[in-house]
Amino acid sequence: MSQLHTVNKSPLDRTALESAVKHATKGSAILMIEDGIYGAMKGTIKSSLVTDAIGDISFYVLGPDLKARGISENQIIDGIKVVDYNGFVDLVAEHDASQSWL
Amino acid sequence: MSAVKKFLYVNRKAPYGTIYALESLEVVLIGAAFEQDVALAFLDDGVYQLTKGQETADIGMKNFSPTYKALGDYDVNKIYVEKESLDARGLTLDDLLPLTYEDEDDDWAEKDSIKVVTAGELAEIMDQSDVVLSF
Amino acid sequence: MKFSVLISEGPYTHEASDTAYNFTKAALEKGHECFRVFFYHDGVNNGTRLATPPQDDRNIVNRWSELSKAHNLDLVLCVAAAQRRGIADADEAKRNGKDADNIAEGFRISGLGQLIEAGIQSDRLVTFGD
Repeated sequence: MSQLHTVNKSPLDRTALESAVKHATKGSAILMIEDGIYGAMKGTIKSSLVTDAIGDISFYVLGPDLKARGISENQIIDGIKVVDYNGFVDLVAEHDASQSWL
Repeated sequence: MSAVKKFLYVNRKAPYGTIYALESLEVVLIGAAFEQDVALAFLDDGVYQLTKGQETADIGMKNFSPTYKALGDYDVNKIYVEKESLDARGLTLDDLLPLTYEDEDDDWAEKDSIKVVTAGELAEIMDQSDVVLSF
Repeated sequence: MKFSVLISEGPYTHEASDTAYNFTKAALEKGHECFRVFFYHDGVNNGTRLATPPQDDRNIVNRWSELSKAHNLDLVLCVAAAQRRGIADADEAKRNGKDADNIAEGFRISGLGQLIEAGIQSDRLVTFGD
């Protein structure tokens, strides 16, 4: 099965992203939403959580939440795809189940 | 009649500081009546929900930890506790409530409901679940 | 897909209700079917008609009521969580000896079984929380 994992908190605030990456199997996807979008940024002490796992896991970030926080797409890690709410809906439909890391 | 689905209840938070531990248990108990394939996962600070010796009189809250012991009677007997989360917190299985169930397929023999699993094993369990409820 | 949504936090304090609303709206506009939106924990606070948020920002409660009307959604507040937090419809208020009810239009109060049923009957269940 291929799950979609959502993370909504910054990796410098909570362990949700770290835990999600640790438990996402190869071929699954992680979507960063709300304050979770900070996990998509380059150059933080937690960026490697994503860069080490990219390839095995597909990473996405919710564009509207990036914009709200004034983070531009060129500040995010290469290989993370930006999606809008339509893309979020598609991700849910395309994966077998959805798991939120709260 | 719909097919039986694999429900996984994921618990990552400590008890009492927030209500999630208690209210998630309430979902599990109500959900038990629906005869689905139910499993519980305790990882990260969620492992603290199962520690023995909880005494809440001094904080003035109800001690709901005895309710975990009733899970076996509700046919909820797949309780996965993550090893790495226990290790990180200096805990072992001995620190946890002894949760058991009676196996009707084995002459009602009393068995342990808690299965300590690695992160990798838990990842597989999560992957195979149809409905994942996180609290 | 036939989807359901679980909202575990109240309005404004967390972004959960906003994200859930935006997700649900997008999914409906794409032609997907929403089986149920279930509100649990502080999420039941999304269902009070007594909220008076500032006029220059979104009205979370009304938005849900309107979406519910436009798409015939089933917005369910968990009865146990609602009782704990003081959200009641007329029947609940009467049953519990309260002098008022406060449920917003488009919402109904029911048991946790509705959440489990949503998980069983839907293709996907998405949770929005803390």
